Amino acid sequence: MSYGDFNDNEYIERMIAELRDGGTNVLVGCLDELIEWGRSNSLWPLTFATSCCGIEFMAVGAARYDFARFGFEVARASPRQADFIMVAGTITHKMAPVLKRLYDQMADPKYVIAVGGCAVSGGPFKRSYHVVDGVDKVLPVDVYIPGCPPRPEAMLYGLMQLQRKVKVQRFFGGVNCQIGEEEYEELLRRDLTAEKNDLNVEGEEKHE
Amino acid sequence: MWKEKRSMNSNLIDKITAWEPRAVWTEGGDGMFTVPADGFHDLAGRLLSEGFDFLRSLTGMDWGEAGFGVVYHLEATATGENVVLRTLTEEREHPVLPSVCDLWKAAELNEREVFDYFGVRFLNHPDMRRLFLRDDWVGYPLRKDYDPAQNPLRMSNEVSKDSSPTYELQSDGSYIRKRNVLFEEDEYVINIGPQHPATHGVLRFRVSLEGEIIKKLDPHCGYIHRGIEKMCEELTYPQTLALTDRLDYLGATQNRHALCMCIEKGLGVEVSERVQYIRTIMDELQRIDSHLLFFACLCMDMGALTAFFYGFRDREKVLDILEQTTGGRLIQTYNTIGGVQADIHPDFVRKTKEFIAYMRPKLREYHEVFTGNVIAQERLKGTGVLTREDAISFGATGGTGRAAGWACDVRKRHPYAVYGKVDFEEVLFTEGDCFARYMVRMKEIEQSMNIIEQLIDNIPEGEYQLKMKPVIRIPEGSYYAAVEGSRGEFGVFLESRGDKSPYRMKFRSTGLPLVACLETIARGTKIADLIAIGGTLDYVVPDIDR
Amino acid sequence: MHALLTSLMPLRLAVFIECVIVGVCLLLMYAVIAVVMIFMERKVCAAFQCRLGPVRVGFWGLLQVPADVLKMLTKEIITIRRSDRFLYNLAPYIVILASVLAFACLPVNKGLEVLDFNVGVFFLMAASSIGVVGILLAGWSSNNKYSLIGAMRSGAQMISYELSIGLSILTIIVLTDTMQFSEIVARQADGWFLFKGHVPALVAFVIYLIAGNAEVNRGPFDLPEAESELTAGYHTEYSGMHFGLFYVAEFVNLFIVAGVAATIFLGGWMPLHIAGWEGFNTVMDYIPGFVWFFGKAFFVVGLLMWIKWTFPRLRIDQILTLEWKYLVPIGLANLLLMVIVVVFKLHF
Repeated sequence: MSYGDFNDNEYIERMIAELRDGGTNVLVGCLDELIEWGRSNSLWPLTFATSCCGIEFMAVGAARYDFARFGFEVARASPRQADFIMVAGTITHKMAPVLKRLYDQMADPKYVIAVGGCAVSGGPFKRSYHVVDGVDKVLPVDVYIPGCPPRPEAMLYGLMQLQRKVKVQRFFGGVNCQIGEEEYEELLRRDLTAEKNDLNVEGEEKHE
Repeated sequence: MWKEKRSMNSNLIDKITAWEPRAVWTEGGDGMFTVPADGFHDLAGRLLSEGFDFLRSLTGMDWGEAGFGVVYHLEATATGENVVLRTLTEEREHPVLPSVCDLWKAAELNEREVFDYFGVRFLNHPDMRRLFLRDDWVGYPLRKDYDPAQNPLRMSNEVSKDSSPTYELQSDGSYIRKRNVLFEEDEYVINIGPQHPATHGVLRFRVSLEGEIIKKLDPHCGYIHRGIEKMCEELTYPQTLALTDRLDYLGATQNRHALCMCIEKGLGVEVSERVQYIRTIMDELQRIDSHLLFFACLCMDMGALTAFFYGFRDREKVLDILEQTTGGRLIQTYNTIGGVQADIHPDFVRKTKEFIAYMRPKLREYHEVFTGNVIAQERLKGTGVLTREDAISFGATGGTGRAAGWACDVRKRHPYAVYGKVDFEEVLFTEGDCFARYMVRMKEIEQSMNIIEQLIDNIPEGEYQLKMKPVIRIPEGSYYAAVEGSRGEFGVFLESRGDKSPYRMKFRSTGLPLVACLETIARGTKIADLIAIGGTLDYVVPDIDR
Repeated sequence: MHALLTSLMPLRLAVFIECVIVGVCLLLMYAVIAVVMIFMERKVCAAFQCRLGPVRVGFWGLLQVPADVLKMLTKEIITIRRSDRFLYNLAPYIVILASVLAFACLPVNKGLEVLDFNVGVFFLMAASSIGVVGILLAGWSSNNKYSLIGAMRSGAQMISYELSIGLSILTIIVLTDTMQFSEIVARQADGWFLFKGHVPALVAFVIYLIAGNAEVNRGPFDLPEAESELTAGYHTEYSGMHFGLFYVAEFVNLFIVAGVAATIFLGGWMPLHIAGWEGFNTVMDYIPGFVWFFGKAFFVVGLLMWIKWTFPRLRIDQILTLEWKYLVPIGLANLLLMVIVVVFKLHF
């Protein structure tokens, strides 16, 4: 796809300008470009799908559309080894913490693509009592692919948008920033206590 | 067709009133018996021994002032007789009803669903946990007075409990809560799902293992529960159609067909012959599409990755045909009340014929690549046996039931559209194992192609869409209509109060019975077999969770 | 070169420097083979599956694997809480170490082998079976139930199939009466063992291919990582380059299995010689030995890939039944047959 065929070039250009603000070191800049070239061409998806869009996601992987051409080939079932998560389908209240956990289990750098109306905004189920209206309430989303379900071509377009976005990022300077041990312990403790407090499960007991 | 069923019922009316004098017959739609709660279990047992061994559907209801209740659709598999019963309790604080899960195993998960939706507790049910929602969910969403503000999005992780509550009736009329242990402390429990490549979506199992052998299995649903039934209560009838496609997305046309049939039945509308033909052909194309995907996914689960791509390659050809006419690849939104969205594409007939000519040799290729393979046969044959009795008791329809020898095809039992006029064979096996389930579906592709061949040249001229008002009001009463979906009986239960939107809409999930019988099938097999069993049961999770 | 170095510095230092150079070359070759294998796998499976495979990155997708490597190298390595950190970090290195050691044994061309001594076959088998320790450690230390099941499966499977590999190689050793790789290849100058040893060699070859495939955990024997059952088996919890090491080791192990098959059964770097056809033999000799070796090895790799992409996965009990009830008894009988063949000089 030629550069002009993408429709939102201004956005990417603004992003590049922002990132390159203040200039870059030549050596580091070159290394950066090399690394990001590698990353953008080797994005491995997590095999994750909740509903209809998942089938289209499989179709993107299958013979006719074949996302292996772009390097998305190796769909990993373990979140540790995946680079991005395609949130293909509705995310419900019960699923949201699981999805968050999956995202947390992934290794940096990681990206999120919201596929389909449900993941973008809740879609046709926006008014339901059990549906999260938009996965961006739970995770930071990099690319949105609308549709119900989006056509495989649309998914490929979205995936290529992600590639472009990854390409302009910088490795040296924050993406891989890890949190310190203490901060980590603190976060974990908070998680565990939240787990205990929130479960008011044994509400009612024997009654006549 | 509908009248015929009612006349059958009238013979039963006398019988049932003789067994239970307090049972009241009410007309309105399909008509149903109202049975008081304390006598219900006995009557149900009586009906079961009279041959009503198939619990088609179990629907929880909130009748407001009248209280909470459950509607049961029963069928006798031997005679094909149908009866609809309901029982209710006026208590709104702590509603309690007798459980029938000792009679029909299908009731087990369905009663949990009713508890989840309405908070009705079933006495003597061994496992009264919520089915879809989180354990810490406040209130019961399908009650008419439910307030959604009670449940903001909770991001804390859910802890799975190792025991389940059960309620037992005491001699003095009160009942006590007991604890039913699911998993002992020292059991090796592994968690499969919700994100797992072999669960076909977001189903979750907790499996207790001994080495590689499965000792116990506890399915958890609800990770894709979207509350479609509740949403339908706020939508007008034409609007509800959009949601059915997203239940079992591999049976989108069939699901919508069922809902359209149910609404048309309520309205008393008869659609044109042309529409019937088009709907039948579309249903069968969809079935081929679904079964090809089944083949592909089963092969992938079993590790034969190349066959997966073959299945998908050919599925694209079906999708091309569907897309040309309906405009949708996966979700077609094609059927409408009183007809179909658009007339068939001029190339439709030619392309369909070409596809059938193309598909026949490909099926042989599939058999060469996968069916004939020694490893595939070893893995599938004899594993995961479901007996005919269990299949009926669980209500496991579709390919699963037919592999066990139960002739459960709705197209034969209650012919709809033009299925009464076409000549096709109901594929039956008796083994009930994974291989039989696999073969049923492969043979059904051939049968579907036969059906299409008989119809494709004879599509009559006529209207493809009746003139309908934008706002539809269905006469008061309850209606049930079912089609043979890609993986079993897909039914729609509709209760109307004469408004522009349904009072209660329930979809008989094709997948829920399959999940229910999973425990029975998988116990004692190995983990690898669980994957094969899950693959051959061929459930679609959004259809289970709705 | 040896002379040059010894003239400049003491002998020990010279030897040390030589060792380092050889080691670096070995690792480089290892890496190159890994990249080639991964690329081949992708293209081969794409061809089987009516797809194109990688085509966008570089010409014909040639830069796809380097891109993957770059990504792997810069990906975060997650430390797992409540895991045995030392063993957890050690495991991938054990796996890769075993793989490199075994790789060093392969004679690529005449005189071009890193490790070559009189019990070479023995050493190869010993070195390659260290890998299973790494896998067991990975499964155990991850504190993950899937990993543990994967590791147990792999332990049962790899240790069982080692037996069959041993038996089939032993069959050929009976024929060659040497365990040195260079000697084994040299004795195939007048014909490959696959043809020389007729029936028993053929049977041994087939058993070797099956068992070798099982040894490297590849489909239809990929139970330890069985993606659709155990998500990623023993390396479920590994991320970044640690996972990359497992990934690379798997592919190079496949190459090693193929390379050993090529060396022992197909004559290694030895060109195709047919006794009596002198003209033909001289023409064949013009093709360099490493071309022969890689040609044969990649032929076997292609064969194994074909099997992998076609067959469904076996179940754990079926795998063990296949080994203990069929392959081992057949292997033993075959060994006996070979002994008879050798004793009565029935071979060519």
